Amino acid sequence: MTGAVAGVLYDGFAYGMLLFLLSVGLSVTLGTMNFVNLAHGSFAMVGGYVAVTLMNRLNWPFLAALPAAFVSAALISMVLERVLFRRFYRASDLDQCLLTIGIVFVSIASAAYLFGTQQEAVRIPDWLAGSYVVGAQTFGIYRLFLIVVALALAALLVGALEFTRFGAKVRAAVDNQRMARGLGVDVDRAFALTFALGGGLAGLGGALAIELVGLDHNFAFTYLIYVLIVVSVGGLGSIGGSFVAAALLGVSTVAGEYWAPQTGSFLIYFIMVAILAARPSGLFGKR
Amino acid sequence: MAGAAVGAQDLQAWLATRTRWRAVEIAFWLACLTPYVLAPDYLQLASQIAIAALFALSLDLVLGYAGLISLGHAAFFGLGAYTAGLLAANGWGEPLSGLAAAAVFTGACGFLVSFVVVRFRGLALIMITLGLAQMLESAANSANWLTGGADGLQGVAMQPLFGAFSFDLWGRTAYAYSLAVLFLVFLLVRRITNSPFGLSLRGIRENESRMTALGASNRAHLRKAFTLAAAIAGMAGALLTQTTQTASLQTLGFQKSADVLVMLVLGGAGRLYGGLLGALVYMIARDQFSDVDPQYWYFWIGLLLIAVMTFLPGGILGGLSRLLERRRSRAK
Repeated sequence: MTGAVAGVLYDGFAYGMLLFLLSVGLSVTLGTMNFVNLAHGSFAMVGGYVAVTLMNRLNWPFLAALPAAFVSAALISMVLERVLFRRFYRASDLDQCLLTIGIVFVSIASAAYLFGTQQEAVRIPDWLAGSYVVGAQTFGIYRLFLIVVALALAALLVGALEFTRFGAKVRAAVDNQRMARGLGVDVDRAFALTFALGGGLAGLGGALAIELVGLDHNFAFTYLIYVLIVVSVGGLGSIGGSFVAAALLGVSTVAGEYWAPQTGSFLIYFIMVAILAARPSGLFGKR
Repeated sequence: MAGAAVGAQDLQAWLATRTRWRAVEIAFWLACLTPYVLAPDYLQLASQIAIAALFALSLDLVLGYAGLISLGHAAFFGLGAYTAGLLAANGWGEPLSGLAAAAVFTGACGFLVSFVVVRFRGLALIMITLGLAQMLESAANSANWLTGGADGLQGVAMQPLFGAFSFDLWGRTAYAYSLAVLFLVFLLVRRITNSPFGLSLRGIRENESRMTALGASNRAHLRKAFTLAAAIAGMAGALLTQTTQTASLQTLGFQKSADVLVMLVLGGAGRLYGGLLGALVYMIARDQFSDVDPQYWYFWIGLLLIAVMTFLPGGILGGLSRLLERRRSRAK
């Protein structure tokens, strides 16, 4: 029993860390720029397909494909921010939702056109495959890799926002945009960079997700709901909040699949509604 | 809103002018009858459009007028669909009473849910409506014995409408039935939105705290609007079940909620006819594009959505009314 509990906690935490990578970018951009970007899952899908293409067709190694996924998703999100999103910073939540849902639709159809509708898979390097055994329980090595990457990135992000000049500018721009502009902070540039960073992280998450959950053209839609749950439960703009919410969601998803498969995803939504009903701004939300 | 300093008398007069029927409206409803002559092969599609329009009208009431964003409106559509379906599958195949039962049941569910929903705004509201609908969907999915699960509800047998008009393969009865229900509900919603209550809803949408300062009980108003919208969505779902004689889990799904939102916004939210027009454009476009290549239809609807949001905020009707205003001001 304890073995099963440990296994569920381990798998759940790893899944949670994947969700954290997928959603932390949205949490930051939503919290800082107040922009409801439902197309965040599309950035993750871009990263996933870039990784698949590089590894399966051009034979790139796994560790080289990951940064490429990050960069390409960051570039695409930067372009979209320049061309489209910037006009909508002052629009209502609903308008932002609908614009970005339009982008989700376009990205899903484009992915189906370019890559077909089958599930994609990648071959991870041998040192990440397999698992180690403790007692009667097996623990996948790839999941450990996911956890390490997510923890490192979380630390890096918090550090960058708290202790660097760039982070200070972003925080200033969020707290009081006019004041920050008055003091000579290039607010537009800070936002554009934040946005690119958030998109890139999603792309990285998308590339890392393939081994665990696969990748198909509906990825942007399927994971949109999970990403939104993490962001709203964790609280907007809170990296720590996203971390806790993602871990919670990951563990409860895996536990639900293991112990009560007949209830489906009922439990997850129930937990989300209960938390939001008690704390509408999320566990760690400020507003 | 027209003039800030109008008295009660002027307000009554203003509302009365809003209630008057315009020639365009009468032409629109007459045009709804033309499929019988012009496109008799497409009556089945026409009845689907009328049902989608009714659903969009219901969302318009909560979103367009009351300003509550819901990403889970399909929950009520699905509840209505399964209410009517279960009644018919268990021997109660009379359509009109089935429709009424669905309306009452979903209205009651909507009333209960409204106590939760009106307390939230913004992202929390979006996520709570979404979460509640997803909960219902996964509950319906696991309750195989009741809903038929992923296979859909089997054995829905409808009796003829008024005991005389049976639901035929071409959709002649289906379209007349759906259109009549749509029209009657539209009359009701039109009356309500042009009443002082409808004005209060718009007031809440525009500025909630000011409405509180004026002494309006916002939450009670919103609850009423939400309950009514739930009942209408349930009727739309019931119509779908009765005219197609099946009910599937898709009626409850997230996709359905997103679809109706897109329809409403394409047409123009908060304008009554917006949802109707949006449903018309959306359903016809889907029918046409799906014939060409069913997989890529979402590309076009996505592009359309981006274009409307970027260049035509307020949807098709919003764009039209701005065009008319510009012409009028130029004429002066």
